[in-house]
This record gives sequence, C-alpha cells and structure tokens, in this order.
Amino acid sequence: MKISLETAGLLAMAAIGVVLIFVLPAVAEVFLLFDLTVFIVMSILALSLALVWGFGGILCFGQSAFFGLGAYTYAVAVINFGESTIPIVLAILLPVILAIVLGYFMFWGRVSDVYLAVITLAVSLIFYYLVGASAGSDYKIGKALLGGYNGMPSVPPINVPGYPKSEIVYGDLYILAASVLMLVYFALRWFLASDFGHVVVSIRENESRAALLGYDTRIYKLTVFAIGGGIAGIAGTLFTAWGAYVSPTVFSMVFTAQIIIWVLVGGLGTLLGAIVGCMLIQFATTWLGETKLADINLILGAVFVLLVLFIPKGIVPMFRDFLGPLIRGKTSAEPRSNNN
Amino acid sequence: MDLALVVLIQVLYAIASLALVSVGLAIIFGMMGVINFAHGEFLMMGGYAFVLSVGAGVNFWIAMLVIAPVTVGVIGIIIERLIIRHLYGRIMETVLATWGLSLFLIGLAATVLGYHQKGVAPPLGKVVIGTYREGGYTFFVIGITIVLLLMVYAGLKYTKFGLIARGTMQNADMSSALGASVNKIYAVTFGVGAALSGLAGAILAPIAGVLPDIGVTYVIKAFITVIGGGAVALSGTVAAAILFGAVNQTVTFLSRPVVGEVALLVVAIVLLRLLPNGITGKYFRKSL
Amino acid sequence: MAQDVLLQTHDLTMRFGGVTAVNHVNFSMNVGELRCLRGPNGAGKSTFFKCLVGQLAPTTGHITLNGHEITGAEPHEIARQGVAIKTQVPSLFDGLSAAENLRLAARRQSDRPTTKAKVEEILELTGLTGQANKVVGQLPHGQRQWLELGVVMASDPDLMLLDEPTAGMTHQEVVQTAELIRRISQGRSLIVVEHDMQFIRMIADKVTVFHQGTILMEDTMENVMQNPQVRDVYLGKQAGSNS
Repeated sequence: MKISLETAGLLAMAAIGVVLIFVLPAVAEVFLLFDLTVFIVMSILALSLALVWGFGGILCFGQSAFFGLGAYTYAVAVINFGESTIPIVLAILLPVILAIVLGYFMFWGRVSDVYLAVITLAVSLIFYYLVGASAGSDYKIGKALLGGYNGMPSVPPINVPGYPKSEIVYGDLYILAASVLMLVYFALRWFLASDFGHVVVSIRENESRAALLGYDTRIYKLTVFAIGGGIAGIAGTLFTAWGAYVSPTVFSMVFTAQIIIWVLVGGLGTLLGAIVGCMLIQFATTWLGETKLADINLILGAVFVLLVLFIPKGIVPMFRDFLGPLIRGKTSAEPRSNNN
Repeated sequence: MDLALVVLIQVLYAIASLALVSVGLAIIFGMMGVINFAHGEFLMMGGYAFVLSVGAGVNFWIAMLVIAPVTVGVIGIIIERLIIRHLYGRIMETVLATWGLSLFLIGLAATVLGYHQKGVAPPLGKVVIGTYREGGYTFFVIGITIVLLLMVYAGLKYTKFGLIARGTMQNADMSSALGASVNKIYAVTFGVGAALSGLAGAILAPIAGVLPDIGVTYVIKAFITVIGGGAVALSGTVAAAILFGAVNQTVTFLSRPVVGEVALLVVAIVLLRLLPNGITGKYFRKSL
Repeated sequence: MAQDVLLQTHDLTMRFGGVTAVNHVNFSMNVGELRCLRGPNGAGKSTFFKCLVGQLAPTTGHITLNGHEITGAEPHEIARQGVAIKTQVPSLFDGLSAAENLRLAARRQSDRPTTKAKVEEILELTGLTGQANKVVGQLPHGQRQWLELGVVMASDPDLMLLDEPTAGMTHQEVVQTAELIRRISQGRSLIVVEHDMQFIRMIADKVTVFHQGTILMEDTMENVMQNPQVRDVYLGKQAGSNS
C-alpha cells in the first residue's frame, strides 16, 4: 500500500496519541505519569518554537518569554481568583498580546535574522531580571507574592471549570496534557495545510518573492508569532499547574537555549521532530541526572557537537530521508527542512 | 565633585569591561561571521588559566598577560581546526555546535575543577578620591582595555597579518588567489579572538572570580554589544560598549543594579529597532 | 486603442552611498506597449526596476502607475496594483515544488478551482507539466527561468517587468523564451531588460537605452541600432562609461 510521507507522519502521530492517552495511563505507575507530564508540557513548548522558527522562519531566541509569562500569569491569577478557568484564559492571552506587540515592533521595523534573535532573547532576560528582583512583601499582584528568585510556591492546580474543588492533578493532569499536545499538533498540521499556512512557509522560503506576489509578509509573520506565543503560554500554564510552582528560571538563558536545542536536534522544519527532540533530551537529561554517570553538561555538550558534525539536519529528517524512498513521498506541500 | 569623579570612573569601568569581554567575539563574529556561543567559556578558561597559574606560584602579571591568552589562544586554534572549520557558512550548525561546546567545556571544568570559588585578590590597593575609595585595579582595567583596543587596531591596520586577515574576511577566494593560505588565516584569526577572550577573563578574574559557569554571565552582554555594534568589528564594538556601558552604569547608580541591567537590554532593543544593522550599519561604516 | 499612460517616472533618482544609480530619469510608457530596456551593465536598469516594484525607495522623484502615485510604496502594495517582476537573479521558492510556486502566485486573486486550472494551464504553457511536483531548487537553469515567467503570469499582472529572461540560455532556449513571452504578454504591458538583439527584435516595439543612470535615447529598434552614440556607449568609447 502506497501512502504519502505526510499521511505516514499523521498516522504515526495518531498512534503515539493513542498510546499516550489511553494505553499508558492504564499500565503505568502514577509516578511515571507525573514525570512524563512535564516532558509532554515541554513538547508543547517545543512545538511552539518549531512553528515560529521551523515554519515561520522567525529566529526567536526568547520563546521562554512567552512560556514564562504564561506560567507566571497563571500562578498570579489562580491565587487571586481561586478558580482556574479565567486564569488559564489570561495565561494564554497575555503571551499572545506580548507577541503581537513585540512582533509589530520587530516586523514592521523590518528587523530580522540575528538581530531579531538578540531582541527576543533580551526580552526574555528583561523578564528574568525584573521578576528575579521581586523578592519581598512589597512585590505582589493582588494576593500573589512574586517571590523573586525563590519563585512562587503552592500554586493551586487546575480544576474542572465551574467546580473549584474538582482538582485535575497527577494522572488526570497527565491525560489533560497529553490531550492538549495532540490537539496542538493536529491543529498546527491543519493550519500549515491551509492557504494561510502555505503562504507562511513561502515567506520562510523567500520573503521577498512572497511580497512581490502581493502578500503582506508582516501580517503573516505576526500571526504565526502570536500563535506561537499562545501555545507557549499554554505550555507555561500546564507547567505551573504540574509543579504547583514557578520561578524566574523559566525566563533564563539556559532554559531558552534548551528549547532551541530540542527543535534543532529533532529537525528544524518538522513538528514531529520538535516532540521527538524534546522527549529525547529530557529523558537523557533526567537519566544522566539520576545515574550521575558524568556531568550532564559534559555529555549533552559532546552529544550535540557530534550530532551537528554528523547528523546536521536533525533526527526526524534523517529518518525521513532514510525511509522516504521506501514510502512514496509527496513533496509539494511538505516543507523542506531548512537549516537557516 | 568627588562623587561625580567616582561615578565617571565607574562608568568608564563599565564601558571598559564591556568592551573587554566583547572584543574577542567581535573578531570572531564581526570578522569571520561565526556565532561562537562558547565565547563565555573562553573567558572562563582564561580566568582559570590565570588563577591556577598564580596558585602554582607564577607571577601575577605573567599569568594574566601571557599564560591566560596563550593557553586559550591555543585551545581556540584546536577548536577551530576540529569543529568550526567544518561548519563555515552554516549559521545554525555553528550555533548548535558552539552551544554544545559551551556545555561541554562547562561540564569539563565542573568535573575537573569543581564548583568551589578560587580567588585571587585584586592588587594595587585603593585610591582615595575625596571621601571615596576606589580600587586601584579599576584603573588598571580601564587602562589595559584602552591599550588592548589600540593594539588590536594597530594590528589590524598596520601589520601584514592584519591586512591579509581583513582581506580574507572580505573575500576569501580573492585572498586565496593572491597566495594566502585561507585555512591558516581562519585558524589564526579564531585563535586571536580566543586569546583576547582568555585575556579578558583573566583580567576580570580578580574582581569577578571564576566558576565553571561564569561564562554564562558574560556571553549575552558580549553578544548584544557585538551585534549592536554592527558589521565593523572594532569601532562597532567600542561604540556599542560606550553606549550600553554608560547607560547600564548610570541607571545602576541612579537606581539599582537590576534596573541597570534592564536598562541596558531596553536600550539594546531600541537600538536594534532603529538601526537594524547595528551602529556601524549606518555610522562609521568605513572604519576598521 | 487606448493611448493611456500606464507608467510614468518623474525625475526619479536613486543614490546609494556615493553612487547615483538612477539619475533624474523621466520615463513613460503606454498601456499595451512592449518596451525594451537596453544598456551596458551598471547602467541602472535593475535598480530602476527595483524602484518600480518597491524593493527600493527612491531618493527623490515620483513614480505613477495608472495615474496613482506608487513612489516608495511597499512591494506587496505595488504587486496588488498589477505589477509583476521576474528579477535579474531568479527569485523563486526553491524548497517548494513548481506547482506550489505557481499556486501561491495565482491563489491570491483566484479561488481554488480557478487556481488549479491556471496552474495546469501555465505548467502546460511553460512545458513544465512533467516537473509539477519537482522541487524548484533541483530544476535546471532554463526551466527555472521559465517557471519564473510562469509565476509572473500566474499573478495576472497588467504590467510585467522581465529582467534578463534569457540569461544563461542556449540559442534554442532563447527562441522558445521569446515565443513564450509573446504569448504571455498578450493584453498586457511589458518592459524587458535584455542584451540579445535578435531576441529584442522578436519582442519589443520600442527601445529605451540606459546609460550611467540616465536615458540616452528612446526609439524603435532600427533607429537605436543605427545610432552612433549608442554604439559608442556599448563599445566603451564614451568618456567615463562603465565597461
């Protein structure tokens, strides 16, 4: 049976979804599900950067800004509201607004490439410094103390909308996170297959030609940037709910670097790659941390260098190139992995 | 007024240290177009080379001005030959590889040297200014930065190597056709950039100390300065260092260090928006 | 037949640093004209085109299209007013397929069924039907040039600007290109930058000669060819000309 590469990818993802949402909760210990939850949350974050960078061609080095803003907004709002529904909405809305403002500033100013990367990184660091300096009882929003570098502990969990006592934690939170991951993935696939999505990819390929065809590239980039910000905000919300805690580390340079590495390792220009790259590195980091085999940085660093020298396109494209001849590929709508 | 003088000195120090940590990166990024995310680790290794040498009994100044830059310079050349040279022109691969290298070097330092602070006290005592006292070392840092920048300028402009290096960065094929060994030039230029960073790390070590991850605190400021400076390596970096350093220190003086850091970042953002190619994208375009 | 003025520039000047690439140019063409721009390399033709499509904002001067001022407008705004360009250095979506390139060009103004039909038609016209799903970056040079002509046509423009459409082509390909351009320029206006005289004879009515950023002369092909000044410019005899 001949199927297109695209369909193969969708089927693979659907299979993964079934395993994650239905199979694992039935067989795995709650502890494992708890650990997996944060990996899944980070995968959602990875998808946001994969969209913005891999498909939108926007080199954002500060995706952590949107993640962190979502994380903190949820924390502050849920402590004040006592119920999680509105906080979740706010935690997605605020990063989207930040993305629109920052995006307008950059895209209408024709800022691009490495300069855009530095600006986005700087924005994340500004949050890092400002929130990090918020220790003490003077710094609070409503009832929520920001806590400075110590962060905000005891953040209430997500509850079923309308039922504040009905908490979504542990196994239930895992299922929620996994469902959100699947939802985001398929929504993004649909988006990228749409006419709007096709134009977005064309802008990544050749922005000047897209403009010469009559497309206002700024609007397309802004839209993608805003969607990416929103998805990162969702991930931030789930992150805070998962650990009941948030600290300025979410804005740090080390963290934003990890997001970039997940996407690059998995393969820039793919969605599945972002998830695979993220999961792999999260597993590796955790395993290394537990077995204390060697310093994490030492091993990770060596792996990255070797990866770049020998598998530069990333893991998923490597498999795709390998399997491609076995499965007849459809190349017209499938964007090429692009290492710019 | 004594206070004004002290503030001025601190502003000069902020500018100098910013220029100091950036100049090596300016050579590597500005001249070679290589985004080196292991830049902070060059500073770290220079710091350790200095501190460990002093600990082993080597003269303070020799450890700082000779051992540190030479050590890091040689390491730089090795890194260039082993890794960087396979990735020229591929920006994303260079980013990822040098980031991996950065992690590796931090991990290596942590494994071999551990996380306890090794310090060397700054020499040169205190200078009295009215009712204030400023470390004599502060003046040294300012002074040596100026000397260093002048030396780099002279090196680029007046030496044969400087000329060939500049030519190669502009047009490698032409340079090669004229008989230059392009590979050697890339290696040496990268080594020089590394050596300058090692020297910077050593110079700042008595004040900032050395830890395996100290590079992380330097790298973002260095990048913002170099990119804000624009394509012309030296004058761009100096111009950006003056702007950012002055803003950072002045705001810190008027408020708190955190606000000073934020102010630097905000100014950088505004600058890059107004001058999308950095300062030397528009001004001082024909300088060195 | 309408003798409406389609495109006009008034005192158009483009300066970069120390170089004046386009120097107070007053240009005019009517609807339905097929015009050729000639001139040695560096005469300012491509820069002139870039000003027309909005990739460069002129230093001084005005450009009007159908009576509307388009000086310094954004490229997408000018494109929407019916201008399409095939650039000197081919500009396509190299990572996408030939069909996808055409689809993107056509889709903005047409609905899905019309777009599909248009894409098929243009693939046929440019001889690329067999290459529809091939990634553009892998197409040979001649086919990429034709695809770009197809992309220009797919956006259904009133004015087509073609910057050296036969660069790097064999003689046979040049003839085919001329035929293609004649067909796609029916009912439209066209400015072609070209050096190949045979090619120009097959396409254009009127020739505008550029030299050092200004218009040297404007006339029919025959008169331009016989003009001694133009010959000198091309042979580099004029004082201060670029060779």
